[in-house]
Amino acid sequence: MSFSIQKQGDVMMVEVEGQLIVGNRQELKQRVLDELEGGERKFLIDFSQTGYIDSSGLGVLVSLSKKIREQGGELRLANLNDDLKTLFELTKLDTLFHIADTRERALEAF
Amino acid sequence: MHPGADPVRSVPPPPELSSIRAAARRVPSDDGQGVDLDLVIPNDVRYIEPVVELIRDECEAFDFPRRHRALNVPVALTEALSNAMLRGNIGRPDADVALHCTVDPTALVVEIRDQGEGFDLLASTGDPTAGAALEREDGRGLFLMRALMDRVERFDDHGNVVRLTLLRP
Repeated sequence: MSFSIQKQGDVMMVEVEGQLIVGNRQELKQRVLDELEGGERKFLIDFSQTGYIDSSGLGVLVSLSKKIREQGGELRLANLNDDLKTLFELTKLDTLFHIADTRERALEAF
Repeated sequence: MHPGADPVRSVPPPPELSSIRAAARRVPSDDGQGVDLDLVIPNDVRYIEPVVELIRDECEAFDFPRRHRALNVPVALTEALSNAMLRGNIGRPDADVALHCTVDPTALVVEIRDQGEGFDLLASTGDPTAGAALEREDGRGLFLMRALMDRVERFDDHGNVVRLTLLRP
């Protein structure tokens, strides 16, 4: 897995390439937390290049969302393929996150 | 990755699939309809991804549906392997995890054996989709295995064994 972070306006755009699983999720978590500590408040994670996510990866997203909200910010998700959507629906995490079909939709009223 | 994106961090690459494949013992199954695969890997979560890839390839050879190969198998197998490494073997670097896998035109059956004291994975209860549990970081592994496999069983056999069964439609 590799990921990139770029700022677009006042939103930090995070792109995850590959699998987000037990062996690598801490790197993503720490990088986003560093940005949060640096004052960033709006985060969008783009999953268009993501393969699969395990429970550890889901847990990191839940944890990040909570920490960002505690600081008055928001974490949104975009571009989940059908398999990832199923994963979020099974775990009911689709009720916890703002999930958009595209980056553009995710950025609306952000 | 989009052009121009700045890759800020890559985790160390996992062991190569080719070396995992070379280490596996692959023979025709007893009834000649499928294959048996045996593999022992170090207690290192970096091995999970290539092992998943190996078993996914076997499922593809037996024409399992795309959804099984993209979601059910990788997620459930990752959960079972990480449980074996982190909970069964409690992260011990000197421990191993053994896999026995049978794939045939009817099903995928994977047995994962750790060297722990017999931690009963299936005794864990609780619904991670309801109430405060929804906002917990942990607690979804067993739930996902059960949701994505047709059967999840656990037994002791000189170690703690979890057996995952996925029927091919």
